[in-house]
Amino acid sequence: MSTTAHDAPAAAPPVPASALPPAPFTDATASNRALTRFLHGLPGVDPVGLEARAAALGTRSIKTTAKAYAIDLAISMIDLTTLEGADTPGKVRSLGAKGANPDPTDRSTPRVAALCVYPDMVATAKEAVAGTGINVASVATAFPAGRAALDVKLADVRSAVSAGADEVDMVIDRGAFLAGDYLKVYDEIRAVKEASGAARLKVIFETGELSTYDNIRRASWLGMLAGADFIKTSTGKVAVNATPSNTLLMLQAVRDFRAQTGVQVGVKPAGGIRTSKDAIKFLVLVNETAGEDWLHPHWFRFGASSLLNDLLMQRQKLRTGRYSGPDYVTVD
Amino acid sequence: MFAYAPAPESRGHVDIAPSYGLFIDGEFTDAADGRVFKTVSPATEEVLSEVAQAGAADVERAVRAARAAFPGWSGLPGAERAKYLFRIARIIQERARELAVLETLDNGKPIRETRDADLPLVAAHFFYYAGWADKLPHAGFGQNPRPLGVAGQVIPWNFPLLMLAWKIAPALATGNTVVLKPAETTPLSALFFAGVCRQAGLPKGVVNILPGYGDAGAALVAHPDVNKVAFTGSTAVGKEIARTVAGTGKKLTLELGGKGANIVFDDAPVDQAVEGIVGGIFFNQGQVCCAGSRLLVQESIADELLDSLKRRLATLRLGDPLDKNTDIGAINSAEQLARITRLAETGEAEGAERWTAPCELPSSGYWFAPTLFTNVSQAHTVARDEIFGPVLSVLTFRTPDEAVAKANNSQYGLSAGIWTEKGSRILAVANKLRAGVVWSNTFNKFDPTSPFGGYKESGFGREGGRHGLEAYLDV
Repeated sequence: MSTTAHDAPAAAPPVPASALPPAPFTDATASNRALTRFLHGLPGVDPVGLEARAAALGTRSIKTTAKAYAIDLAISMIDLTTLEGADTPGKVRSLGAKGANPDPTDRSTPRVAALCVYPDMVATAKEAVAGTGINVASVATAFPAGRAALDVKLADVRSAVSAGADEVDMVIDRGAFLAGDYLKVYDEIRAVKEASGAARLKVIFETGELSTYDNIRRASWLGMLAGADFIKTSTGKVAVNATPSNTLLMLQAVRDFRAQTGVQVGVKPAGGIRTSKDAIKFLVLVNETAGEDWLHPHWFRFGASSLLNDLLMQRQKLRTGRYSGPDYVTVD
Repeated sequence: MFAYAPAPESRGHVDIAPSYGLFIDGEFTDAADGRVFKTVSPATEEVLSEVAQAGAADVERAVRAARAAFPGWSGLPGAERAKYLFRIARIIQERARELAVLETLDNGKPIRETRDADLPLVAAHFFYYAGWADKLPHAGFGQNPRPLGVAGQVIPWNFPLLMLAWKIAPALATGNTVVLKPAETTPLSALFFAGVCRQAGLPKGVVNILPGYGDAGAALVAHPDVNKVAFTGSTAVGKEIARTVAGTGKKLTLELGGKGANIVFDDAPVDQAVEGIVGGIFFNQGQVCCAGSRLLVQESIADELLDSLKRRLATLRLGDPLDKNTDIGAINSAEQLARITRLAETGEAEGAERWTAPCELPSSGYWFAPTLFTNVSQAHTVARDEIFGPVLSVLTFRTPDEAVAKANNSQYGLSAGIWTEKGSRILAVANKLRAGVVWSNTFNKFDPTSPFGGYKESGFGREGGRHGLEAYLDV
């Protein structure tokens, strides 16, 4: 009898070596006290300086060939997302078609990186993108609040993975984080990482709820120590989502983490990135902070739904020299 | 690879005339002896224009015009003078793009800096001092502070328009009239400003602009009918001026060289400190009197910080100053480039370790790649002399006391920076530093409300803020 999502073994498999914290930091996770000491020993963040740097990079002027390159790169980095209670299989299929062929008038338009859906839509999404090379990402772990028992969260993850999700987007327990219970957050990420199996794990911090930049840097390191493949700003379901500043900070974190461990972790800003101009600013941040190694869909993603159409309109404008309008791109 | 396409600002925003005269008594005029000099773009060595060169006879004419205008100007109610200053400020804002392009062409600094730093500050200074013009009785200098008379002002080439604003705005607000000599390598924005004064309907003779060389500056400073001398520039020239002015009863302010210490403690916000170090020494190619040209870093984080700094410097974009993506522009003149080159060679000869950012230098123009010196000790020339270029000397320290001792061990005292997350340390260290400006967790931040000036050989007197009024009032 084949194993299905419903009768998957409840017992966690042994932790593979790769899921352990990278070598220089094995001691940092020995206890909550050790972890607290480590996270609070990270260099502080001066908010004024951070925001000034993000704003300065936002004034880079990206034109002509650089703009064309950036638009195509941004399209290829999109996790095309629908996370509504009202999602239907039809909508997901239509989104899959759009992700594979974003602009029917120009077949040279790159496809998006992934389709991001709730776990119950993973199977539909998988079918919709079959053969296109597009991944299916699923928000699991009681998204977006993350307020459920660990075994419920893990069941959520397993159902997504067994339905074929290539990527899992988990939310951390912000309550535990803010209460200083870092080890609990760490253990949860580890457990989700195991439950995700071969799927790549994106860890969402919900930066808008972490309240300080120091907390965002700590969360970034906590996620990376626990084996995150990506660190991600937010769910898109709160008031403050991805900003240039919090993304810049996370890019500094992945850059420093690779310098110290050799392990490269991706970054995904999500929520509120709607225009090509904004997306290009984020790519400038990547280019000048983490560096060009991250300028690839494997290492950088945009969590977005409406961004794609704006990129397509800008792309058409570069091709034709004229601005079209919203009716020249598909609504979903 | 994400290679940014060139994004040059158009030169078409500004018309540069083939020749310019001196601005005396509200008119443009040739020099008395007909001499002219050429001003070039440091980025390309292209001749931008030919400018009349002021001599002693022109100084005489200009001072006479300023003297004649003084009773009328100082007799205006403060609110009337304020109107002119507000008008000038607004014209500067309206014409900011022209001015930014002009300044970049003539000076060689990136358009990012002229557009985003210089011009907003220039307008802000005029707005700020316009606000003081009718409130002088409330400035803390007595019930009825009087202007001094004719102010002779000599400004440098590193911030041509901003230094003009720092000098002219408070002088006019307090009721003085002005003869200003811009530097010989950067006269164009001051001459543009002369046009702004005409556009604003400023009475004739209130502002006079005399482009020229050191001889014109010396004649202006020595002129018996000048009541106030204000100079920004090198310490050597400042000393000369102080000798000239001594005993004459003229009021004097000097804003001279610096060798600012930027102190990074081990608990600093590292990423922001790196940005602050870069902004501290590579802003305007390091041609800033308050540049943070000495980096004092706590030994325990020195290697890590230097790695971050080098990685960051490798991303600096050097080249066409009119390109909006350029971070590092050209050195202002061949002479200045030679001085920087000579001092950097001295650094190497004395045993400091040189590291240069990997950027390609354009084939024409005056360029110097961002450079670091490590293994520097207090005894090295590069730790003591002002280089006035994109060269950073890195020293280390172990304790806060040692940091303070090293920071203060300089003949200069204009600026300093402190980087730490610990508020009490900021206050404790700042109180011990002998420097006119101490920034904490930032660097090179300016505001018209904030007084600026030096200790020791960095000069005396303050510009900016309420304190800046004092230099132009009989108090």
